[in-house]
Amino acid sequence: MKGAAMQKSVNLRSFLTASWLGWQIESNWTDPFLFATYSIIKPVAGAAILVLMYSIVTQGNFGSPVFAYLYLGNAFYQYVPAVLTGVSWTIIDDREHYRTLKYIYTAPVNIPFYLFGRAVAKFIVGTFGVVITIAAGVLFLNVPLDWSRVNWPLFLIALVSGIVMLAVSGLILAGITLRTARHSYYIGDVVAGGLFLFTGAIFPLEVLPAWLRPVGYFLPITYWLELIRRSLVGTVAEAFPTFTALSNGHLLLILIGSSLIFGIASIFIFRFCDHQARERGLIDQTTNY
Amino acid sequence: MSHPLAVKTENLGRIYKIRNNRKEKQRELVALENVNLEIREGELFGLLGPNGAGKTTLIKILTTLLAPTSGKAWVAGLDVTRQPAEVRKRINMVSGGETSGYGLLTVRENLWMFAQFYGIPSAEANRRIKKLAEIVGIADRLNTKSSDLSTGLRQKMNIIRGFLTDPEVLFLDEPTLGLDVGASRDVRSFIRRWMDENPHRTLLLTTHYMVEADELCDRVAIINQGRVLACDTPAHLKQNLRHEVFFQVWVVAPHLLEDFAFLQINGVKHFHQSPEEDSLRLDITLEEEAVLSEVINELTAQSARILRLEKREPTLEDVFVQLVGQRMEEVENVAVPAD
Ligand SMILES: Nc1ncnc2c1ncn2[C@@H]1O[C@H](COP(=O)(O)OP(=O)(O)OP(=O)(O)O)[C@@H](O)[C@H]1O
Ligand SMILES: [Mg+2]
Repeated sequence: MKGAAMQKSVNLRSFLTASWLGWQIESNWTDPFLFATYSIIKPVAGAAILVLMYSIVTQGNFGSPVFAYLYLGNAFYQYVPAVLTGVSWTIIDDREHYRTLKYIYTAPVNIPFYLFGRAVAKFIVGTFGVVITIAAGVLFLNVPLDWSRVNWPLFLIALVSGIVMLAVSGLILAGITLRTARHSYYIGDVVAGGLFLFTGAIFPLEVLPAWLRPVGYFLPITYWLELIRRSLVGTVAEAFPTFTALSNGHLLLILIGSSLIFGIASIFIFRFCDHQARERGLIDQTTNY
Repeated sequence: MSHPLAVKTENLGRIYKIRNNRKEKQRELVALENVNLEIREGELFGLLGPNGAGKTTLIKILTTLLAPTSGKAWVAGLDVTRQPAEVRKRINMVSGGETSGYGLLTVRENLWMFAQFYGIPSAEANRRIKKLAEIVGIADRLNTKSSDLSTGLRQKMNIIRGFLTDPEVLFLDEPTLGLDVGASRDVRSFIRRWMDENPHRTLLLTTHYMVEADELCDRVAIINQGRVLACDTPAHLKQNLRHEVFFQVWVVAPHLLEDFAFLQINGVKHFHQSPEEDSLRLDITLEEEAVLSEVINELTAQSARILRLEKREPTLEDVFVQLVGQRMEEVENVAVPAD
């Protein structure tokens, strides 16, 4: 009992201290104005490109449910690179840049919780981007978001499970990063970019060739985005065939179930990589270029 | 739990597999071989050896950063490969000669953060930080961003980080590397004081400075090419040399001397010359003092003029020479591979 309580406090300490550190690093913009601009311009510019392409293809048909589908999917997809990178980037940052990874490792720190903590700041900045994107959509592009009809409980449960799912998936990337001594700086962004088209973020899975669709059905991100859309604008999301057969409860169950499977797999993969890194002496290896 | 031994290793070995590029075949490098050490609680133990001897490798294994390829090791009675999390609660580690730390945090913040990982309450952490900073001499820099510190000051910050958590076993890998003479002396005397304060503390430090090992350590293991060649108190190690006589001679000579001629003299055990600014320094080991006259004759024969001649006490360097047959700097010159 006592051992379990102590372990819990180690985990909590690792998480909280790392969150503090992550925030110090993330918010260390010498110019807050620059920080705000960056956090606004980047997401808005990303959405603007998408809106522009959409308007060319559909000749400006912003009333179609397709538009709301894609706009919201894209907005929330911002969490994917933010959290994946947030969790995995720390390995490189601490090992190569600050050269502290070995001191973190030799301290009584739970590394996964430490990595989650370091990602919190990226999550907060990501949230800022998502909120800005949605606000821009509602104010200027008539994204049909009716606040009174939002299913808040569903939205919150879906959002939280999705973020937790992304965080544990980030451990897989962190493990890979730990195992490769060479730079894998952009692994989070690369993976997020690669999955963008397979998760129904901006178009339903039916658009994909049949043999590619299973990728989407396999990834929890797909169910997560669908749930977010349903909770925010139920009617629009239901207009698409992909998951009409499944109720919200079903989707939630699938999301949580697949997150659990992913989570367990991630922990095993991370442990395996961690073990290998110790065998090969990679924890304090720096690639002095 | 009682564990009379703070550190114990049993036939510990580490082999690195190295390959410089994809085409090249993998080769094996033996960094540690059959290391058996027992360090008692309360000891200040030194690992002395030239570059590449395997000192850092041993520290990495004991601090759970690196897995051994053979043998076993325990720290505070805990197996380092099987119980790393338990080991980590009881240790801390500092490596010298590097500039780690979160540059955008102040010195105080860096240290406070690490104390948090060990669960030290904030007020207590701040009290210790202040005290240690005063001892090490960076109290006036606590609110400086650590990126604005010089290399030496950063190292002092790191040294504080090691002591801050009051570990049962502290590992210092070349703690004075890169520090100036005064700072090194301060660090050494602080290490000694810290050990004297509490008899349960154990400290393992590596160094390739003979004096550091000699002055500071209760016991010293001499390590070369991954093997422990001797392990004892500095006094005992030197006592094995009590039958030999050591001279240091400074001469001016038209050119480097012929080592061979000196080594041929009966009773000369070791002869080494190193050029200094305006002279040559000779380190000579004799079986008995009487041989000195023959050495002087040979010096004259090679037209070397003696500036100064000193008889000196044996040092750990002499112990190393006796064990390895070469001086430590000679070993280092050979051991460093062209890269
Ligand atoms: N990650 C690694 N991969 C391959 N070889 C390594 C690695 N780390 C160390 N070695 C080799 O292992 C040997 C022992 O190295 P180690 O760093 O333990 O020596 P050391 O005694 O600490 O030397 P120094 O005084 O230079 O710090 C050396 O030959 C070194 O080149
Ligand atoms: Mg070393």
